[in-house]
Amino acid sequence: MIDFEHHPVVAQTAMMISQMAASMMRPVAREMDEHEHEDPVAYINFMYDVMKSGAGGAAATQFTGGSRKKDQDPNAPKKPGFGNVLGAVSIEMMSWGDAGIYLATPVAGLGGAAVAAAGTEEQKERFLKRFSEGEPKWGAMAITEPGCGSDSAAITATARRDGDDYVLDGVKIFVTSGKRAIKDSNGFVVVWATVDKSAGRAGIKSFVVEAGTPGMTLLGLEKKHGIRCSDTAQIVFENCRVPKENLLGSPEVDLNKGFKGVMATFDATRPAVAASAIGIGRAALEFVKEELDKAGVKLRYGINPHKLTARERDVMDMEANLKAAWLLTLKAAWMSDNKKHNNLEASICKAKAGLAVTQLTQKAVELMGPLGYSRDILLEKWMRDAKINDIFEGTQQINMLIIARRILGYGRDQLK
Amino acid sequence: MYSFEPTEEQQSIIDTVRDFAKTEMRPKSMEADEKDALPEGFLQKSWDLGLAVAAIPEAYGGSGIERSAITGALLAEELGYGDVAMGIATLVPALVAYPIVDYGTEEQKKKYLPLFTGSSFPKATAALVEPSMDFDATDLTTTARKRGSSYVISGKKCLVPLGSSAELFLVFAREGGAGFENVQAFIVPRGAKGLTVGEKEKNMGVKALDTVRLTLEDVEVPADARLGGDKGIDFEKIMSFSRIALSALAVGVSRAALDHSVTYAKERTAFGEAIGQRQAVAFMIADMALEVDATRVLVWEAAWHLDKGEKGTQETYLTKMYSDKIALKVTDNAVQVMGGHGYIRENPVEGWLRHARGFTTFDGMALV
Repeated sequence: MIDFEHHPVVAQTAMMISQMAASMMRPVAREMDEHEHEDPVAYINFMYDVMKSGAGGAAATQFTGGSRKKDQDPNAPKKPGFGNVLGAVSIEMMSWGDAGIYLATPVAGLGGAAVAAAGTEEQKERFLKRFSEGEPKWGAMAITEPGCGSDSAAITATARRDGDDYVLDGVKIFVTSGKRAIKDSNGFVVVWATVDKSAGRAGIKSFVVEAGTPGMTLLGLEKKHGIRCSDTAQIVFENCRVPKENLLGSPEVDLNKGFKGVMATFDATRPAVAASAIGIGRAALEFVKEELDKAGVKLRYGINPHKLTARERDVMDMEANLKAAWLLTLKAAWMSDNKKHNNLEASICKAKAGLAVTQLTQKAVELMGPLGYSRDILLEKWMRDAKINDIFEGTQQINMLIIARRILGYGRDQLK
Repeated sequence: MYSFEPTEEQQSIIDTVRDFAKTEMRPKSMEADEKDALPEGFLQKSWDLGLAVAAIPEAYGGSGIERSAITGALLAEELGYGDVAMGIATLVPALVAYPIVDYGTEEQKKKYLPLFTGSSFPKATAALVEPSMDFDATDLTTTARKRGSSYVISGKKCLVPLGSSAELFLVFAREGGAGFENVQAFIVPRGAKGLTVGEKEKNMGVKALDTVRLTLEDVEVPADARLGGDKGIDFEKIMSFSRIALSALAVGVSRAALDHSVTYAKERTAFGEAIGQRQAVAFMIADMALEVDATRVLVWEAAWHLDKGEKGTQETYLTKMYSDKIALKVTDNAVQVMGGHGYIRENPVEGWLRHARGFTTFDGMALV
């Protein structure tokens, strides 16, 4: 039955996170933006405690890669889950609080998602358990290189087999939470590297490199347009040796699948990015509507659209686009929860949300005039924060390409 | 709990209408458009589907299936996919029957609902739109004034679907100032003194659909012609249901245009490969697919608000503005993908563009 009512657990968690976002994220949002590369210490410690104790519920499990499963009776009848919907709702709420701070949450993150998706039980235990004990930790994913971004099959970092180890060499950039993962905590980075350049994308494998591994060096941090609270690291690997047991997935170079398993991670992470965009969009839209309301401007839903003012039209456009993007995101997440293949829908929601929220926040600054342009309020920051969602986890254009291939039934050789 | 999956019952409605669209609508749609007339016998066939007013309660002789805006949206999308003109025609009985079910007095229900539970297509329609660029459903120029125990209605209406053959018109008129709350509906028989039914209108699109203008010059109707008696109607809610129906029809025609573009872009070659293999075309199609999906979930969510008993004005209004825009954009893209061939009436896409252009005007012309 088509239904837009959240499961009580989702609704309750959303309420909790919304309070946390208002009390712990919003108040420090500007400060963290103005002081790039500093830590939101209170937030980090609070969130880590919440998630460690399990009080964060399934939301926390979601971010740390789902280690909760082992407590469940494997013979219990399978109920449709809601973990991905819960994840989307949680991320949306946190990003409403602050998208940069949300990205600084001490979680296994994208690296954890890769371990959860491709790792063995032994690997999950070895790499993910740390997120439920001790001090705050982060996981990260290193794919992008100075010479390749969206074309991740063009990766030049190498992994050479040497006895029981792999030896990694290469430079990685744009590693989200890279510094916190390898320098500030006992976390790890999942590094994409090729074991056989001649095999093309099939030769690309991912390796878990733990903090403190010799040969892995933090080169520096990017200075960014927005999401400044999130550290974006450059990491160099020189003769960096990891045990062969740190390779995720099959060590064989299988020309038939190889890359697909790695790319499947995006089906879960793209809706998450869309959700984050939407949280920022909602913050901006709410702000604009509140200001209009204070100024006595009413939005006249129901009248002939020709009679609306340009300003009313703009706000209603923002509202409709944001809602459409959100519903598409929840649809992609719902599909994941119900074990439906959502590669198309993941790209649809990401492409829609990235663009819609970029445009929404840019329009919001315009609508508020000098008020919107001032750093005294958060609107201009939301505009800067929003833009990243149109870029990372697959640019809008890459996602449109994926949608086009799916809809037209073309492979990558037929539609480049 | 969140779900994007229709029930089995809804799925069977979708399948039925999809099949009907394939056999009775699509093959005849271009000829109907050229001839400015519905295919011979179409109205009766659509009536035999038994879906347009299936939610008339059993107590009044109806099928009594649960009234649901979501189910209505699923039905309307498939009708729009088949043909917008035929789709609107199919839903015309609901324009009168559902307001009577929702707001009619007991006498009105007993008197009029049997019209909608018989075996032949009911000759009744509704008149809302007015022939003015300033037409606003919340501020109608057609007025109803009380005179003694009767009402006197004056004004002009247009785009009254299936008006040529209608015996009964549900006329929306303003009783007081602007605002939804002052709009009421009156049941006016064709023979009423002062009511002139004009010639069939010549519209840009939905040509197969007969629409007429009405002129009401001091048309006097008895007090019991006011739908709902003293309580009247909730016009705001009627408009919400109308927006859902029209938005879903718009999703349907958009989906038709998308499907056509996909097929064509893979067949048509230029510079040695299918045009769909070029990003310039492929991205247009990706955007069409994305927006069809986006519009559909907006329609479903807004319909869900109505099914919860809410007025849904904000949700359906935003959805309708969105779907109006997307239908136009997607059908325009479909013409563009075909290039010159898209402009030729031998292909259906230019017709879809003409239909889609109408949605900003089609207020109150369909109901679920």
